[in-house]
Amino acid sequence: MHEKNNTNRVLIDGSRLIIESLARSGADAFIGYPIPPANLLYLYGSQRMDLMLSAPDEITTLQWMAGLSATGKLPVTATSFPGFALMIESVNMAYMMELPMVIVLVQRLGPATGTATCGAQGDLLLLNGTMSGGHPLPVLATSSFDDCWEMAAKASEVAIKLRTPVVLLTSKEEVMTQKSFDLAKLDDIQQTEKKWYSKTCCEYKPYKAGKDLVPDFLPVNQGNHQVRINASTHDQDGILQHSNKEAMDNTKRLEEKVRVRMDDYLFYDLDEEAKAETLVIAYGITAAAARDAVARMRASGKNVSLLTPKTLLPLPGQYAEIIKNYKQVVIAEESINNQLGSLLFGQQMPGNITFVGKMGKMIAPEEIIKEVRS
Amino acid sequence: MTQSMLKTQSLPYCKGCGHDLIAKHSTKALEELGFAPLDVIMVTDIGCHGIIDKCMNTHTVHGLHGRSAALGAGIFFGLEEHDNKKVVVFIGDGGATIGLQHIMEAARLNLDITVVVHNNFLYGMTGGQTSGLTPHGFRTTTSFQGNPFDGYDICKLTHTAGARYVSRVLGIGDISADMKKAFDQKGFSLVEVMEICPSYGVKLNPKRKLKEIVESAGKEVGEWVNEDAAFKQQQGEKVENLLDKIPRVPMSFDRSLNTSKSLVLSGSAGEGVQLAANLLAKAAMLTGLHVTQKGSYPVTVGVGFSTAEVNLSPEDIHFHGISVPDMVLITSQDGLNHNKSRISQMTSGKLFIDSSLELPETGAEVIRHDFRGVGARNAAIHAILYFAKETGLVTQEAIYKALDLEGKSDKIPLDKIKKAMAG
Repeated sequence: MHEKNNTNRVLIDGSRLIIESLARSGADAFIGYPIPPANLLYLYGSQRMDLMLSAPDEITTLQWMAGLSATGKLPVTATSFPGFALMIESVNMAYMMELPMVIVLVQRLGPATGTATCGAQGDLLLLNGTMSGGHPLPVLATSSFDDCWEMAAKASEVAIKLRTPVVLLTSKEEVMTQKSFDLAKLDDIQQTEKKWYSKTCCEYKPYKAGKDLVPDFLPVNQGNHQVRINASTHDQDGILQHSNKEAMDNTKRLEEKVRVRMDDYLFYDLDEEAKAETLVIAYGITAAAARDAVARMRASGKNVSLLTPKTLLPLPGQYAEIIKNYKQVVIAEESINNQLGSLLFGQQMPGNITFVGKMGKMIAPEEIIKEVRS
Repeated sequence: MTQSMLKTQSLPYCKGCGHDLIAKHSTKALEELGFAPLDVIMVTDIGCHGIIDKCMNTHTVHGLHGRSAALGAGIFFGLEEHDNKKVVVFIGDGGATIGLQHIMEAARLNLDITVVVHNNFLYGMTGGQTSGLTPHGFRTTTSFQGNPFDGYDICKLTHTAGARYVSRVLGIGDISADMKKAFDQKGFSLVEVMEICPSYGVKLNPKRKLKEIVESAGKEVGEWVNEDAAFKQQQGEKVENLLDKIPRVPMSFDRSLNTSKSLVLSGSAGEGVQLAANLLAKAAMLTGLHVTQKGSYPVTVGVGFSTAEVNLSPEDIHFHGISVPDMVLITSQDGLNHNKSRISQMTSGKLFIDSSLELPETGAEVIRHDFRGVGARNAAIHAILYFAKETGLVTQEAIYKALDLEGKSDKIPLDKIKKAMAG
């Protein structure tokens, strides 16, 4: 981040930062349906992306995106739970086909239609279970305007480099609230290069991967090599198979690819304080309240550290390692069931970990402070 | 020698299956039209038709059941004119039932793709169940007495939706000329090829002939044409940078606030509440403050309340929620109703309220003023200017400058408002 510049102060929302960042980092198409609270992303996507298509529904959205991706584009959409629910089978398809795309998931209060204009953090467990077979779907989260910029660019990079759908997880209050912001703080974003198979001499196998576990991509709109793209179980040639070894190895590779390669995309903030025995953990919108809570507690003499996870899935092992160093851990999340805690510890929640949750309203800093002091 | 579209003439279909005929005559038609194998992107999905992939020398994309028309549409959207590719979608009658909307959408937009519906009157791969395209009276494993309903007329539907070219053909003999005609269109084309699944259809409907089944179902063989032009990409005006055009708000006045304050401004939809909140936030920014601003209103945005929450602070603001505000500005009954609860929770702070409204219970200092006297549309702006005058937390000059930044100075009757405030 650069020094503040007086001439670049603006009143801005996170949606604008996300779309601009995605466009600069390589996204070139926005496809979608304007579902609240993702509608500002839709508006900005229509203005900024080279190609904008308004789809009649979210199944069509994902199918069109997959088709575009097969021609070498990096398509983006933005949605909330009702739309994402419709997309799930097609997200699995794109994952199996290894087609890059970014889905900005703006959380709102559910279940079902819930409250369209009310924020929430209730979709993490859904994302953890999105892929049949338990394959990990990469999920990065925003916890500030800086993240709207940085994590959006990383989402494009992961999508392109790992050839996979990526979810950028955010929520209503993060993308619709306007805040004063200094644009001079923003780092430059480099467009992620789309590296394609370039040999003309040899046979191209669309699902043959090297040590990096990611097969070389070729779009279907070229004429040098035959490209086969397949959502069903397939071999390295992209031909449908029942369960032979080559096909099973390919399906296993998809799991390993994301799990191993996401080590390169581990993002979190750990604001450690010496002598602190208490750790507050919060991601997304609740990270803002947690920052205030921690600052106030420190001002009153309490030693406390703050962990803000940004890489949420696959869940990095580092978070559990950090937690081990603290006697008291408070997880704050705008849900009623501690979804991050469930991911970390399942049904075996350690006794020193407590939870601050809420539904229908943002968690306030005082609520986190109260839990720490209880 | 030009490479054939098909790797083999020995296709993996049951004896007598029309899918074999469709594959051979589709590829023959494409070859006769001069397409090389890699000029063709063959999109298939789930169903017996989809196992053709491995026999093709074209590009092949194998997707989800019923979604191949949408997937093919997506590929089409990604093509450039000079790519000279032909997108061919193969789909079964079951898939066409599942993804009917996708076919309709591609027809409505008149996308330059060809959909070949393999209508063998039932879901073949899953055990011979009735589909949405099964003809009336045709027996399947889920309707042994015959389908009691008429099937969709996919040709009429797509024609009405706007498809350039639609045809229905019997899957008998050489149908390559029919296929060729469909592939050669500029715009959306669909061919419904009628066939009887040899595994389920023939066994459950012995002695029935294809022609008789099609005729008795009232599905005439023929072609339907619209003269509408094919899809052309029409993109709205684009911006190269979303951050360039938003107004910069430089620090221009001395800071007027040393602690954080939260403020709620509320009135009725259409009375400028959100604009006024935006001006107030920018005016605060002009004095070097950090701000947040968010709006809330009913889903029917044109009626009912309109509430804005604004935080002002000399420090960076992280949490922007407001539970009990420091100050509330109410300009209408809708605004009062929406905020009564939190006004009643105020034990200090200030409540600015239009003088026409009944006073709610509150521990805040109450300041009454006729905000609506300058017209309902200007009540909210009147309120923030009055608020600035009374509190000094932002200055009226900063609000005027914010109005200039927004290019709205000449749209607000400032003289009238100033007069009302002086009075």
